[in-house]
Amino acid sequence: MSDTAVTLTTKKDWSSDQEVRWCPGCGDYGILQAVQQVMPELGVAPENTVFVSGIGCSSRFPYYMNTYGMHSIHGRAPAIATGVATARPDLDVWVITGDGDGLSIGGNHLIHALRRNVNLTILLFNNRIYGLTKGQYSPTSYVGKVTKSTPFGSIDPPFNPLSVALGAEASFVARTHDLDRQHMMETFKAAHAHRGSSFVEIYQNCNVFNDGQFNEITKRSVRDDMMINLVHGEPITFGSDVAKGVTMGDDGTLKIVNVDDVGIDKILVHDKNHHSPSLAFALARLNQDDNSPTPFGIFRSVERAEYASEVSAQVALASEKSGAPDMTALLRSNGTWIVD
Amino acid sequence: MTDTIDQAESAEVLDRLVIRFAGDSGDGMQLTGDRFTSVSASFGNDLSTFPDFPAEIRAPAGTVNGVSSFQVQISDHDITTPGDEPTVLIAMNPAALKADLHRLEQGGTLIVNTDAFDERNLEKAEYASNPLDDGTVTGYRVLRVPMTSLTKDACKPHGVKTRDAERSKNFFALGLVSFMYSRPTEPTLEWISEKFAKNEQVVAANTAAFKAGFNFGETTEMVGQRYEVKPATLPSGEYTSITGNTALSWGLIAAGQLADLPVTLGSYPITPASDILHELSKHKNFGVRTVQAEDEIAAVGVALGASFAGHLGVTTTSGPGVALKSETISLAVSIELPMIIIDIQRGGPSTGLPTKTEASDLNLAIYGRHGEAPLPVVAAKSPADCFDAAIEAARIALKYRTPVILLSDGYIANGSEPWKLPDISNYEKITVPFATETNGTDSEGRDVFHPYLRDPETLARPWAIPGTPGLMHRVGGLEKQDVTGNVNYTPENHALMGDLRADKVAGVARDYEPTQIMGDEDADVCIVGWGSTWAAIDSAVQRCRRNDQKVAWVHIRNVFPLPNDLGDILRRYERVIVPELNRGQLCNMLRANYLVDAQPLSKVAGLPFSAREIQHFVTEGGQS
Ligand code: SF4
Repeated sequence: MSDTAVTLTTKKDWSSDQEVRWCPGCGDYGILQAVQQVMPELGVAPENTVFVSGIGCSSRFPYYMNTYGMHSIHGRAPAIATGVATARPDLDVWVITGDGDGLSIGGNHLIHALRRNVNLTILLFNNRIYGLTKGQYSPTSYVGKVTKSTPFGSIDPPFNPLSVALGAEASFVARTHDLDRQHMMETFKAAHAHRGSSFVEIYQNCNVFNDGQFNEITKRSVRDDMMINLVHGEPITFGSDVAKGVTMGDDGTLKIVNVDDVGIDKILVHDKNHHSPSLAFALARLNQDDNSPTPFGIFRSVERAEYASEVSAQVALASEKSGAPDMTALLRSNGTWIVD
Repeated sequence: MTDTIDQAESAEVLDRLVIRFAGDSGDGMQLTGDRFTSVSASFGNDLSTFPDFPAEIRAPAGTVNGVSSFQVQISDHDITTPGDEPTVLIAMNPAALKADLHRLEQGGTLIVNTDAFDERNLEKAEYASNPLDDGTVTGYRVLRVPMTSLTKDACKPHGVKTRDAERSKNFFALGLVSFMYSRPTEPTLEWISEKFAKNEQVVAANTAAFKAGFNFGETTEMVGQRYEVKPATLPSGEYTSITGNTALSWGLIAAGQLADLPVTLGSYPITPASDILHELSKHKNFGVRTVQAEDEIAAVGVALGASFAGHLGVTTTSGPGVALKSETISLAVSIELPMIIIDIQRGGPSTGLPTKTEASDLNLAIYGRHGEAPLPVVAAKSPADCFDAAIEAARIALKYRTPVILLSDGYIANGSEPWKLPDISNYEKITVPFATETNGTDSEGRDVFHPYLRDPETLARPWAIPGTPGLMHRVGGLEKQDVTGNVNYTPENHALMGDLRADKVAGVARDYEPTQIMGDEDADVCIVGWGSTWAAIDSAVQRCRRNDQKVAWVHIRNVFPLPNDLGDILRRYERVIVPELNRGQLCNMLRANYLVDAQPLSKVAGLPFSAREIQHFVTEGGQS
């Protein structure tokens, strides 16, 4: 059933007949557009594609894709998708989740899917709020966040989704945002091409319950100074007027410096393929404690054994060793005796 | 039968024997019991076993909590239970005596390892004085054998270290009872050489201990009369000895073969279900995929994902795991995909008694989901029956596109019995027609696929698996519109979908064979059983009838939906008795469904029923 030949599809082939029902202005629309638009470029067929989601605003996503899909239960999409991918390594399996779905109720499944390196493309829509349940703080909301459930400000520190993913041994980790369709498409394309679990955090604006959460980073007027575009093999630089870059201080922490002050040789060269996740981890946390610029792009992309292929390999090896399935031999395998 | 029994001529013939090996967890009692069982099985006895493990892996050595026992009944005729009371008890230490002496039948044979009855062990077992001397064991035939020292002596010439030698004392015990009950020795000696082939010292020690035990019986006067249990006249054929968990695993593999579908198991380790995960993981050559998931919820998620992708998705667990899986099972009810959830029941609530049996998850299986979420529930009745029960669960799941819960319990999961190998070619194939074509048109007349356009007879929805061109569709937990499967919240549609889901599951009962009334159909009293109580009820019914008491008996394999003819049958009887290892869960269902005055016989003690308990209740008409 696998369709490896390039399949000619258009964006329309990937759009279902269902009316899209997010709030007007929601960042989810842009992400849906980017996914539907990038699919024809992947050379895969809708019938070989499965979207699995959990519960939350973002998890409505599969209904809008003209593929196989399951809108499952809160937090469980990575587990269900693991079942789909393990049973059928020939399929393209995507997981759509959010900050509450993927990092709170479903945190355990997310980290274990990443650890196993199941061939899944996981898109985590991070809007730092619970939208569907109308505005409670989420595990990525900052301390002090005032919401309906935290009228005096939230007191628990947030997760950094990329730190979680890297800590869970993810082999592909990237970040993009809902205002840049081109960047999203490039990122999704790379995530899809990666064999194993690909984890993509998408900064997504919830204009109803958490409007402007990422404005200080992704707004056009500040982008050049607040967003760092990671390019593999290139020095990590950014900045509109003054060229800035990321360097490593004597204490091993990352620092943002003026390139001219240190010289381009001192600026770190991005290596997404580095076997150690340390630098990716440090980059992921560059803006953790202050309003430092935020890196986007592919933080990490390394080759590692893929779970479903390994399962299939064991099945194939067992079949080779033991020959065709023989039920009678199995029934006899613990020893038998004859009663005349 | 090539094995000869040494000196069997002098042995007195018994029709059956119940023997219980009891010792500390570290004493190897399960292994010893298993060996005795295997030898008896290949000798041709009918048998039934009851391994009784301590709940804690490392309960302090020598304490009553740490006692591990293995009871087996062997007979020359058809039996179904491991016996109410042992005829012989082997107690390897004071704790074992304390835990199990009360089970031994009056006048029964007690074999004790006197070496273990020192002050320390007596104290650990909380005996104030030595029970071997203070009258505790009067009324039994007591064989006092210093097994530890005799084992050490026997091992010495083979250069086995004292500590290692001591560990072989269970084989001394096995040798002794092998002599006493005329068991063939060759198979055990062979088994020892094979099993411990990697360690010559262990082979030497175990062999020496086993022979010493056997010879001790032969040369000392102590043992007295030898006994023998002749082979049973079982129907001719090829037999194996099978536990419930193994039979269940093989049943799942067989179901996959019959349906020509790969089996994918998602499982999280839990007692007493883990052995199914272990067993299935061995048989990948049947295309079986096993995923040891991160938790119970993920395990059922993997199974459901696999089913969505076109496999036979299975998850195995025990009660606590079913509770965790409940939300996903509801999703499976809503998206109407085949899936098998196996619950090897154990004592609850909460962690309860992980190693002890109970059948208290019936309500959980039938009702334990949010919303109106009916699904079929099948219950296995014996170790070997787990094979057919698994196939039946798969058949229902695949035909009706529904999750099915299969109930077993710790008693049959670990217990074993001889099983005449079925001829798999006699099993009907399970047809799985995946949808391949569109089945409707949209408002503009285009061919479309309607994922909820049901089969008019079974009400099953079509199962279109990823990879099928043109049938792309979305399923999910939100209420779906009849036929199209689109999200729909209207009151009329929700009511209709609720009816359809209920009617579909109720329709499963049409496939059942007519309910069989066993025993005396014209009796006044009818026993209704389900699950593993089958064995004890079977024995109890036989005993009642031997005493000229008429009794009818109905066993229910499909506990949900109940058989359509059950109500009419039960209304015919003056008394309806429902023995259950719970507080009357099926009994309440029968009362509610049929307005019959069914009476519960409840036991929630972590132990199976004895036949006597049931017989007594039937005869005396009150609580036993
Ligand atoms: S609540 Fe927020 S995240 Fe949800 S659809 Fe509306 S805008 Fe989007």
